[in-house]
Amino acid sequence: MAMHWLRVLTVLFAAAPFAAGAQNTVKVGVIAEFSGPFAAYGQQIEAGMKAYMKQHGDTVAGKKIELITRDTGGPAPDVAKRFAQELITRDKVQFLAGFGLTPNAMAVAPVVTEAKVPMIVSNAATSAITTRSPYIARVSMTIPQVSAPMAEWALKNGVKQVYTVVADYGPGIDAETQFTKTFKAGGGEVVGSLRTPLQNPDFSAAIQRVKDAKPQAVFVFLPAGEQGIAFVKGFNERGLAKEGIRLIATGDITDDHVLDAMGDPTLGMITSFHYSAAHDSPENKAFLSSYAAANDPKVGRANFMAAAGYDTMAAIYEAVRKGGDTDADKAMAALKGYKWTSPRGPVMIDPETRDIVQTVYIRKVEKKDGKLANVEFDKIENVKDPGKEPAK
Amino acid sequence: MLGSFVGVLFDGVAYGSLLFIIAIGLSVTLGLMNFVNLAHGAFAMLGGYVCVKAMSLAGVPFLAALPLAFLAAAAAGIVLERTLYQRLYRASHLDQVLFSIGLVYVSIAVATFVFGPGQQPVELPSFLRGQIDIGGRGFGTYRMFLIATVAVLTVALHLLFDRTRFGAAIRASVDNAVAAAGLGINVNRVFALTFALGSGLAGLGGGLGIDVLGLDPVFPLKFMVYFLLVVAVGGIGTIKGPLYAALILGVFDVAGKYYAPQVGGFVIYALMVVLLLLFPSGLYGRRT
Amino acid sequence: MAAEPDAAAPLPAAALPDGRWRPLEIAFWLIPLAAFFLLPGYRVLGSQILIAGLFAVSLDLILGYAGIVSLGHAAFFGLGAYTAGLLAAHGWGEPLTGLLAAAAVAAAAGFVVSLLVVRGSDLTRLMVTLGIGLMLYEAANKASSITGGVDGLSGVTMGRILGVWSFDIGGRTAYLYSLAVLFVLFVLMRRLVNSPLGLSLRGIREGGKRMPAIGAPVARRLRTIFTVSAGVAGVAGALLAQTTQFVGIDTLGFPRSAELLVMLVLGGVGRLYGGLVGAAIFMLAQDYLAGLSPVYWQLGIGLLLIVVVLFARGGVLGGLAALRERLGRGRR
Repeated sequence: MAMHWLRVLTVLFAAAPFAAGAQNTVKVGVIAEFSGPFAAYGQQIEAGMKAYMKQHGDTVAGKKIELITRDTGGPAPDVAKRFAQELITRDKVQFLAGFGLTPNAMAVAPVVTEAKVPMIVSNAATSAITTRSPYIARVSMTIPQVSAPMAEWALKNGVKQVYTVVADYGPGIDAETQFTKTFKAGGGEVVGSLRTPLQNPDFSAAIQRVKDAKPQAVFVFLPAGEQGIAFVKGFNERGLAKEGIRLIATGDITDDHVLDAMGDPTLGMITSFHYSAAHDSPENKAFLSSYAAANDPKVGRANFMAAAGYDTMAAIYEAVRKGGDTDADKAMAALKGYKWTSPRGPVMIDPETRDIVQTVYIRKVEKKDGKLANVEFDKIENVKDPGKEPAK
Repeated sequence: MLGSFVGVLFDGVAYGSLLFIIAIGLSVTLGLMNFVNLAHGAFAMLGGYVCVKAMSLAGVPFLAALPLAFLAAAAAGIVLERTLYQRLYRASHLDQVLFSIGLVYVSIAVATFVFGPGQQPVELPSFLRGQIDIGGRGFGTYRMFLIATVAVLTVALHLLFDRTRFGAAIRASVDNAVAAAGLGINVNRVFALTFALGSGLAGLGGGLGIDVLGLDPVFPLKFMVYFLLVVAVGGIGTIKGPLYAALILGVFDVAGKYYAPQVGGFVIYALMVVLLLLFPSGLYGRRT
Repeated sequence: MAAEPDAAAPLPAAALPDGRWRPLEIAFWLIPLAAFFLLPGYRVLGSQILIAGLFAVSLDLILGYAGIVSLGHAAFFGLGAYTAGLLAAHGWGEPLTGLLAAAAVAAAAGFVVSLLVVRGSDLTRLMVTLGIGLMLYEAANKASSITGGVDGLSGVTMGRILGVWSFDIGGRTAYLYSLAVLFVLFVLMRRLVNSPLGLSLRGIREGGKRMPAIGAPVARRLRTIFTVSAGVAGVAGALLAQTTQFVGIDTLGFPRSAELLVMLVLGGVGRLYGGLVGAAIFMLAQDYLAGLSPVYWQLGIGLLLIVVVLFARGGVLGGLAALRERLGRGRR
């Protein structure tokens, strides 16, 4: 009997190196949207991740990084949560990443807290997400973070009266709230505010109201896609620019991926955002060339989500270097306060909130080499997420 | 105040005109053939893509691309009608709904694969852009063009249905296909051509609507509600029913969003429910 | 000479039901139980399939048995989900009472809608149900301070079921809880459709004008079944909220209503089990195929729908029944 157990133990010990061999892969579960109206989100995030892995190799600290992607198809928090549970219990991933949409990220938060798995948010932009679990860090941006600088810039440049037009949903309301707060705090006046319904094919009423109010500028936040296009076109058609009204917005509306579809009506638009493909830095150039090398041209122009995907991998690599693949607390400790130079500029993960701190640029849409681009001409550095201030 | 009211009315009529152009094809096929075709938007989408690609790849001017959109959608209509739709004329409405939903999914998948998931860029010719100044007020040029087109179309369709032999053949075939066939009318051909007309009109609507509504592969689902709304409220089987319905809905939608933006989004749906309760067969619906 | 049953008929042959459980049915219910033990890694997916199945069966009540085509059934699902979710988020985390509350709210809404829906043509009913679904979605979005709007309602903390079982990450409790609720409600619904009310509904569906002639109160029967259907849908929504501890605004959306219709038709309308079979097939196929290629999933579903409508109108169960008929005939 003893001989039998001795043999079993011998086999087990002999097998141990093989078991340890399995530990040499770090699996990252990427939960994002790859189909449906938000297909570009997941595609861009994954493309950015692949660009990073192409440039820096797919091993770090002797371990191979493996991506496992899951498609939520859109806002589907029940599906996202299920993927998280399955990825953790069945596929035994050591990290979760992605999350293009807020509800999907929110639903997964309790799972990572219970399972102690680090979660990197690559896009979802609502401030509250990082507060939902101590194991969440974000590398993308928050809406208040990019809205406040627009208000500051406007005040600095003589705009004292603004009309706000936003889509009536979470992100739109966040943008309006933050912009209004910062603008009023600086002495500006919000002469009117309008919230357009989520399903809104026709903007004539909204634009007419703005025209009637004759503000110095109109601040806009609309979902990227046909609404942004419709508003900008209508703005030009109805001659608001000719009346001296300026169009300011957060950079979502002129994101590099959809800029070509929006076309020339966007020329001259001023936006505030954390990433422009036209950003002039060696890191960005390296990113863009790896992006092109690692991905099918069908994926389209790189935008802020691809840059965030790239930075997600940067964060994960750092966490793995500090032993974060086996210990979630070590991962979070590695990420808190981690500073690096991203394709967008210098970034840091705030040790207190685990959210991203970065430079927000003010850009203008211009034609560069025959293509439309968001050209940066001003910036505000080290912007923390103002949405976390308890003044809500 | 009056000035803004005129502006709202104009914008509402323009929006309603666009809804009408897209929806009238559905009223034709539904009213005359009793087929609930939720895939109507797919034909509109096809017209839109043909229009965009003709302009961008072949340099065809916008006004010439519109008839192309009509023809392409009409051709697709004939093909699908002869192969698939005609098997379901006597099927239950549920079957028709499911079939057309299936067709919508297929069209979305194909469009995504061929054209990509993003919005299609479109640029109108310069003479259709901007505003025309009338009486000190600016009126959108393209919107005036839409209203004019609708007026012409309405007259043309009215003449077609009420004053031509073909129109009479359609009306006869719908009332009693057997008797119509007995009188020598080729009922199958009438149905096929009518379906082609309906789909062609959808395609034309798609092409006209790109500048206002945008164009991406999810178009058939996004706007399905609106054209179904127009037909349900207007009643099937007539031209003037959907016309009035589209204009009423358009004006109330724009007015609601202008004067009461808090509830602007609900107006169109609430109005629909109310009108349907008052007129269960639509404003000018025929009781079958 | 017995009349030849039409092999392509989408509905089961008329026969007086006796309420007894056939061996095939008992075998059917052993499958989810077996799956629980044999496939422990798939419990979360399994619980979501069971919930979708319950939702699909609720639609079958009005579609298969009363002939009402609805494109807005998710409205009741969402109402149930938000009711249960809000109760739990505001401190009342007891699961079973949450289900009851959800059923009550959804049924009440169902009653109100039923007043609008029992009149009018198919297209009118389609539009009214669609319109109500869309309005509810906008309303939930506008009331974002309560519902969380597009970002969803988090903080849904659930207590233990009957004080004993808590919801775990592996989905063990969620699965068994959903299965138990599904089974209990299914038994009740089975009883309902085999009762005089259920039979009269089939009469209404098949010969609407004749029923008033024999004194059957058509409108009242339709309102009743619509209310019950809405209540069951509400329970399904509440189950989802409780087992995922989150309520997204997508629970109210049109895509959920459309997918529901597809699931039910795939399985077979008017057979009560069709909803369960269809939900299982749809979600398993989606989980597997969408993983391969999201674009092809949509193409596949579209083509499948077209094929089912043209050639296999009874769905899977209808096809199986037709097969059995043919084999039965062949043996004679």
